Amino acid sequence: MMGTMTSGVPAIEVTGLSKAYGSLAALRGVDFTVARGEVFGLLGPNGAGKTSCVEVLEGYRDRDSGEVRVLGLDPKDRALRARVGIVLQSCGTYPHLTVRETVAHWAGMYPRPRQVSEVLALAGLDDCADRRARTLSGGQARRLDFALALVGDPELIFLDEPTTGFDPAARRAAWDVIRALRDLGKTVVLTTHYLDEAQALADRVAILQDGLILAEGPPDQLGASRYRVAWRASDGTLEERFTEDPTALLHELTADALARGETLEDLSVTRPSLEDVYLELTEAVA
Amino acid sequence: MTAAVPWWGAAWRQFRLERRMFWRNPSAAFFGVLLPLGLLAIFGAVFAGRDEDLDVIVPGIAGMSVMSATFTSLAYNLTTLRERGILKRLRGTPMPTSAYLAGLAGNAVANAALQLVIVILAGHFILGVEWPRDWGSMLTFAAAGVVCFTFLGVALAHAIPNPESAPAYVNAVFLPQILIAGVFYDADEAPQIVRDIAQALPLTHLVEGLSGAMIDGESVATNAVSLLILGLWGLAGAVLAVRGFSWEARRDQ
Repeated sequence: MMGTMTSGVPAIEVTGLSKAYGSLAALRGVDFTVARGEVFGLLGPNGAGKTSCVEVLEGYRDRDSGEVRVLGLDPKDRALRARVGIVLQSCGTYPHLTVRETVAHWAGMYPRPRQVSEVLALAGLDDCADRRARTLSGGQARRLDFALALVGDPELIFLDEPTTGFDPAARRAAWDVIRALRDLGKTVVLTTHYLDEAQALADRVAILQDGLILAEGPPDQLGASRYRVAWRASDGTLEERFTEDPTALLHELTADALARGETLEDLSVTRPSLEDVYLELTEAVA
Repeated sequence: MTAAVPWWGAAWRQFRLERRMFWRNPSAAFFGVLLPLGLLAIFGAVFAGRDEDLDVIVPGIAGMSVMSATFTSLAYNLTTLRERGILKRLRGTPMPTSAYLAGLAGNAVANAALQLVIVILAGHFILGVEWPRDWGSMLTFAAAGVVCFTFLGVALAHAIPNPESAPAYVNAVFLPQILIAGVFYDADEAPQIVRDIAQALPLTHLVEGLSGAMIDGESVATNAVSLLILGLWGLAGAVLAVRGFSWEARRDQ
């Protein structure tokens, strides 16, 4: 279905990508690869360079240096526009058109569009298909963004902070759409500053801070080699140590405690969550 | 690998969409259709029976309508489309840029034609002004005016920072021009300095050309200088329109 002649090529290959706005370096040598069919999360605090990065990949921005291939092509190649769907961070639609009319008009721009009714259902817009766009709530407008990005049946979809400002129910609904995209075999590149979102959706994440990638991997394995050992000292304060070898550390701690005739209250060994890794990495840089 | 959507098909679909949105937007439809009619009615009542004055305002309002349908609405619409992010979103689709702009401009041209028809019909049947005496010359000037003010409208949109300030920018250019270009009174009666300034502006020459064609039956050759000045303004507008074009909202840059 999706271009057999390029199916061996990764969806995205980025090497040494740099981008500055005047004297402000937004990206300082970023490398990553996104495989076909993968949901890739670009995670980082506001101002980390996430949007600059995806806007280079979407063809909106020129890069200063580095190699970037999107579906095997230069991101500026107009031929990509029919194969890539884009959900921008904040972007309007025609206020006087209904949802269905808007999706139908967008469908007409693509060589092989999906059925309008199918896209409306996929994006969860059935209930408001005949409402004018200007009457939509924030969550509904975002679903229309999704629908417009999907209607051309793209191979690759960019989602720039798709759930920012959503209430919890709207977020869950958006997550369901993104999972549905993965089930359709689409490649998804997602930027977010919500850790739970990356953890829930992404097959792999890269943590971006100050224009550099600090860590990359599946969300549950990032920093997995480091364990947190915590206990309450005899004076009641909480102690914690990080180690790659909890066995040795525990032996040492328990031996000392036994030798002093004490117990280690609240002793726990935990693998760090994505949040721990993220906070540790981003705070170290900041 | 995939058959592209044909250029004409894309431009035509965009044009059709723009038409539909135009009629759905009450204020646009009002300004597009009722404003020239209303102005004709008011001035028709004021100048009732004074054929000389009626002969001034019918081509004058025809010229003003061409300018408002193209220049005013494009400057305003493009600013709004750009700042709302609709242009950026369209840029991310396979629709060819030129097809999109053709559809957008086609909408403005259709409005100019519609208003011209309304003004000529109302001028004849309500105010009793003669039918235009040189149709070819009138259409030539109307077409030149449409092209000139379309480019100038796109160019002005680049200078407008946000939709809220668009009316201020547009009216700062539009209102003085309709006041001194001889839309509502015979420009020859104005003080010399005003006439000199007006001579440099495109609307003056559009009204002169339309007036010559509609009232005096003058050929294109008679008002060739006016046509040339419209052409020069159009050329300057085209250069500025292309050079300054931006798909993205100012706040994102």
